[in-house]
Amino acid sequence: MATTTFESRTGGAHARRSSGGTGPVSGGRVGLVSTMRSEFTKIRSVRSTYWTLLVMIVLCVGMAALFSASHVSQVNGAPNAAARAAALSDARSAAVTESLIGLLIGQLVIAVLGVLTMTSEYSTGMIRTSLTSMPRRGTVYAAKAIVFGAVALAAGMITSFASFFTGQAVLAGVHANASLSDPGVLRAVVGAGLFLVVCGLLSYGIGAILRHSAGAIAAAIGLLFVSWSLSQFLPGPPSGWFGQADIDKWIPFNAGGAVWEHVSGVHMFSPWIGFAVFCSYAAAAIVAGLVLFVRRDA
Amino acid sequence: MIEARSLTRRYGDTIAVDNLSFTVEPGKITGFLGPNGAGKTTTMRLILGLDRPSGGNVTVNGRPFSELAAPMREVGALLDARAVHGGRSAYNHLLCLAQASKLPKRRVDEVLALVGLSDVAGKRSKGFSLGMGQRLGIAAAMLGDPGILMFDEPVNGLDPEGILWIRSLMKSLAAEGRTVFVSSHLMSEMENTADHLIVIGRGKLISDCTIAEFIAGNSAQSVRVRTPNRGAMIGLAASVGCVARDDGDGSLIVQGLDAEQLGDLAFEHEIKLHELSPVTASLEQAFMDLTATSVDFRAGLPGGRAQGGPAEADREPAYAGKVA
Repeated sequence: MATTTFESRTGGAHARRSSGGTGPVSGGRVGLVSTMRSEFTKIRSVRSTYWTLLVMIVLCVGMAALFSASHVSQVNGAPNAAARAAALSDARSAAVTESLIGLLIGQLVIAVLGVLTMTSEYSTGMIRTSLTSMPRRGTVYAAKAIVFGAVALAAGMITSFASFFTGQAVLAGVHANASLSDPGVLRAVVGAGLFLVVCGLLSYGIGAILRHSAGAIAAAIGLLFVSWSLSQFLPGPPSGWFGQADIDKWIPFNAGGAVWEHVSGVHMFSPWIGFAVFCSYAAAAIVAGLVLFVRRDA
Repeated sequence: MIEARSLTRRYGDTIAVDNLSFTVEPGKITGFLGPNGAGKTTTMRLILGLDRPSGGNVTVNGRPFSELAAPMREVGALLDARAVHGGRSAYNHLLCLAQASKLPKRRVDEVLALVGLSDVAGKRSKGFSLGMGQRLGIAAAMLGDPGILMFDEPVNGLDPEGILWIRSLMKSLAAEGRTVFVSSHLMSEMENTADHLIVIGRGKLISDCTIAEFIAGNSAQSVRVRTPNRGAMIGLAASVGCVARDDGDGSLIVQGLDAEQLGDLAFEHEIKLHELSPVTASLEQAFMDLTATSVDFRAGLPGGRAQGGPAEADREPAYAGKVA
C-alpha cells in the first residue's frame, strides 16, 4: 500500500500536464499574508464596499455641516447681545462634538459593512470556496478582520477628519470653530475614527456569530444604537440604586463615545477608559465569532 | 489519492456518512454513486474539511485537507457552482482564490481561457447562466493545476453540450494522470465516464469496484424464451438449477443461463422454441436494485406496481426464432 501510494503520487505528478497552463505553478505554503491579499481583493471587488463607505462619509460630513449650521444660525439669529454671547458659547463648547455627531448614524453604516464582510460569504456560498482555498480557519478569520479593519481605519479617519473640518469651516463663520491644536481636539477626532473601526469589528464578530446578514445587522444596530436610545429613558440618578448613572456609561455607544466626547460628565467614563470598555465589547464578539467560525460546519 | 477510513458523520440522530472506507486512485475517474441523500455531498465536504467527521478520518495525499501546504494546488473542487459572490467579476473571483493559493495572476487568465470564459471575465457572475457558473466553478478548481479533482454532480442542470464538455474534460484530466472523483446519482452518467465506482446508500458503502466488475457482477444475463411447451421448459430450467418465471405476456424469463446454453438444452430435450433472446438488465437497473433498500424517500407508482423489473430491461432480440 505504501509503495502504491508513493508511486501513484509521484507518478501522478510527473505524468500530469498543466491543463491550459504554460507551466507548473508557483509554490510555498499559504498563510496569513496570502490570505490577506485574497481578502483585500474580495473587499475591493464588490460594489457594496464603495457604496457603504461613501454613504458613511457623506452622512457624517452632511450631519456635521447641518448641526454646525444650526449653531451658526442660532448665533446670527440671537435677539440681543446676551443671547448672542450665550449661543456663541454653546457653539464653541459643542464645536468638536457636533461636528462628529454624524457618527451616531455613521457607526451603523460601518456596522453593516462589518457584518457583510462575514455574512456575505455565507449568503452567497462563497465561504465554501474560500475555505477550500484556505482551510486554516483561524487564519481566514484573522485575515478578514485585519483587512476589514484596515479599510475601516482609512474610511473612519477620512470620515472623522472630513466631518471635523467641515463642521469647523461652517462654525468659522461666527468664529466659533475649534482647532486641532486645542486641548483634547486631536484625541477626539482620531478617537472618532477609531470608534468607527471598533464598531465595524464588533459587527464583524456579530456577523461571524449569527452568519445571517439581516439578523446580524439587526443585532449590531440593537447593540450600538437601540441600547443607547433606550438608555435615554432610564430614570435619572436620584431615583434609586439601579438608575441611569450606573448603567449609562456601560452602554456601548456611551462608552465608545467618551473618546470623542459625545457624552461627558461625572458619571461617564473618561475618554480612553470608555474606549477600552468599548473595545472589550468588540473583543468579546470577535473571540466568540472566532470560536464559532473555527468549530462550525461551513 | 484520497483515502477515507471509517469516515462517519452524524447530524443529531441522522447518520449521513456511516463508517465509510475507500480509496480514490490517481489516473482514473472514480464515480461516486448513490441515490439522493446517500451522503455523497457530505462525504465530499468531509474530504475538504468543510464538515468535521464524527468519527474516522480522511486524508488527501496522506494528510488531512486542512494541513495541506497549499490546498488548491493539490485539490480542485467543484461542490456547488453557486458558491460564488455574484457581485464579483469572474476575474476577481478567480484572482482572490489565486492570491489565497499563492498562484500567479497569469493562472487566472489561463483557466478563464481553458473554460472559455475569457470574454466575460470582467462581468459580474450573478448574470451568468447555469452553464457559465459551472464553467467558472471548474476554472476555480483548475486554478492550482491540482493533481486531484472533485466534482459534485457536475452535469446537473447542464445542456447536452455542457454535459459532453464536462465528460471529455474529466477524461482528459484522468488521462493526464490526475485523480478525478466525481459524484452522481445517475448510473447512466457514470457508465459513460467512470473507470471505477464507489456506490453508497444511506451513508454506507455498498460497492467499490471497477466499472467492468460492476457490469459483470450486476448485469446478470437472463434469457427470454417463448415456447409452446411451457411446462416442460419450466421443468427443464428447474432441473438445471435455474428459475424460469412468467413474464406476463406468455414468454418466460430464465435466469442463470445464456441464450446459447438454453438453446442447446432445449434442443437436447426437444422443446420447441419460438423466441430465444438474451435480456441484459441495464446498469441503471442494477444500480437501482443495489440501492433499493437504501433509498430514503421512495415515490410510489400509480397502481402500486413496483418500478423496474424485466419489463423495463433492455431487450436484445439477437437470437429469435425456431431452434428445434
